[in-house]
Amino acid sequence: MESSVATRPPAPAPQKPAKDPVEGSATWRLSDRIGLVVCWALGLLFCAIAVAIVVYLLAQGIKYLRPSMLVTPATAGFSQAESGGFSDALLGTLIVATMGISIALPAGVGVAVWLVEYGRPTALARIAESTIEAIAGIPSIVLALFGTVIFSSTALGFLSRTSEGVVFGRSFFAASAMLAIVALPLVVASTREGLSAIPQHVREASYAVGKTKIATTRRILLPAARPQVATGAMLGLGRIIGDTAIIVVLLGATQNFAPVGGAFPFNYLRGAGTTLTNFVYEASPTGNLNQPEKAYAAAFVLLLMVLALNAAVDVVHRRARKVGTWSS
Amino acid sequence: MEFIAAVSEFDRHIGGVSSGTSPLPPPIKRLPLEDGAPATQVAPGAAPPVGNGPATPGGFTAARRAIGAPQFSIRRMEIDDVSVSYADREAVKGVSLPVRQGEVLALIGPSGCGKTTLLRSLNRLTELTRTATLRGRILLDDVDIRQIEPTSLRRRVTMVFQQPNPFPMSVFDNIAYVLREQGSRRQRKKALEPKVHSALERAGLFEEVKDNLDHPALRLSGGQQQRLCIARALAAEPEVLLLDEPCSALDPQSTQVIEDLIVKLRDDVAVVIVTHNLQQAYRVADHVAFMYLGDLVEYGSATALFGSPREQRTKEYVSGAFG
Repeated sequence: MESSVATRPPAPAPQKPAKDPVEGSATWRLSDRIGLVVCWALGLLFCAIAVAIVVYLLAQGIKYLRPSMLVTPATAGFSQAESGGFSDALLGTLIVATMGISIALPAGVGVAVWLVEYGRPTALARIAESTIEAIAGIPSIVLALFGTVIFSSTALGFLSRTSEGVVFGRSFFAASAMLAIVALPLVVASTREGLSAIPQHVREASYAVGKTKIATTRRILLPAARPQVATGAMLGLGRIIGDTAIIVVLLGATQNFAPVGGAFPFNYLRGAGTTLTNFVYEASPTGNLNQPEKAYAAAFVLLLMVLALNAAVDVVHRRARKVGTWSS
Repeated sequence: MEFIAAVSEFDRHIGGVSSGTSPLPPPIKRLPLEDGAPATQVAPGAAPPVGNGPATPGGFTAARRAIGAPQFSIRRMEIDDVSVSYADREAVKGVSLPVRQGEVLALIGPSGCGKTTLLRSLNRLTELTRTATLRGRILLDDVDIRQIEPTSLRRRVTMVFQQPNPFPMSVFDNIAYVLREQGSRRQRKKALEPKVHSALERAGLFEEVKDNLDHPALRLSGGQQQRLCIARALAAEPEVLLLDEPCSALDPQSTQVIEDLIVKLRDDVAVVIVTHNLQQAYRVADHVAFMYLGDLVEYGSATALFGSPREQRTKEYVSGAFG
């Protein structure tokens, strides 16, 4: 081979390749070929698992879900026909999602802006960064336990049911606050990614027409990072509506709203409640309610919510691609 | 080497014979370097010099300069013995230059010679780099720029960058952003319209985008984006316009449009352009400053600097011996 390169014939006749000139695996080492096969198999396996979950839940859900379940609260009953639906759980999920993300989104965006655009002193930025990574790794049940300590304190008694000086520490406020902490790292990470992807010369272009750093952030950088901010919010929402541990510890112990004293809506928000995840957990065969058909119905609703969020992330990104971006 | 290969390929193509007997003289000129090694250079300009070669070391002839002499010149900025260092490394070493309205000043030199740093120090953008320190004085209308608040200085000395970087909003809002007070959204569209239109007109973009002012600016072509950036820089009504290799990301036609624009603008604002492209400097500039390794090697009128450079290093650079 080497000598033929050195003494190249003046006009090598082009030889027609026997097959299409696509790189084949014929020259690969055996271990590489096995690796490729394993990758394929694993990929297909995970696709199959995902499809199985979705299809099974859809099938079960459609079978058991009745529209009346969405508007009837759970009641005590001897059979699944008598025990009502899960409207309180559905509403509860919407409430914790709204409250949780309205804390996590501004806080997360603020942290991300500070980390990317300011980040001084460097030591503090590094500490903040690793703190957020640590939070992302903390199991939510640990956060939930920590939440009971905080929200059972007398100082925060106004946020939950209080009886003879004993603060229960279980309320929508308590659960949403801890759920916001679960969602925060996702918002921060996604927003940071969006801000870091903006080329430095775009910032400088804004400074170079006399804009301040804060005006640049507000009018140029955050709008440019909007798709990533939205993605972070959606991912955070997904975590919030999917979390069970915090709900069980900081909100649950009931399948209905348990309003306490105070003006609407604070009487509800200060009281205990439930969400779909809690309902599924309790209604599953291992839970206290033991009504698996309704567990499937509720799980189906939950799944639809998560799929809708995923679709929304997709839409946001596709729309962002239409606006275009800078060459770096 | 690439040039040689490309040219001989070209010759074969049109002449149908080997490059040695091509009827066209290859647009290649060799100059001896100090150590005797031959340097290869394509002669500047679109057309290769015909016959016995160019009259000047760089091959620049007066005929290719399309712009006339400046009508007037008003001193706007004065760079006085300015040195800029990044940490320990000195990027600009004691440079003194005048910047005049009515003229285009081009800063040329090989990569890393400090020309962009010098340009960025004119509106204190270097201060954004934490390690940068500046010594010497830069005067804008006889006031030291360090006594001017950075944001108001940067509205008087605006800048256009190497990469077109319109903001991710509509064409109209790109200009309106500059006109509005910092982050505010006050001042309705209607009130800003005349100023936005005039800025786009001055940048020669209005005719092309007047029906699409609401379209996202990042959807414009590269050349249009860059003219939008120029319009944006002009909207602040600056006294000095800084251009940092504004055409390096553009195709030849867009480059031509922007070069024409630069020449047109010189009466309204003092223009300083950094460029890698010697032909471009020759085409648009009235005065040229050649920098090398942070030093200002030579400063003079474009015809003088390209036609009869005084310094050996300038001669070598403009003739393509290095850079």
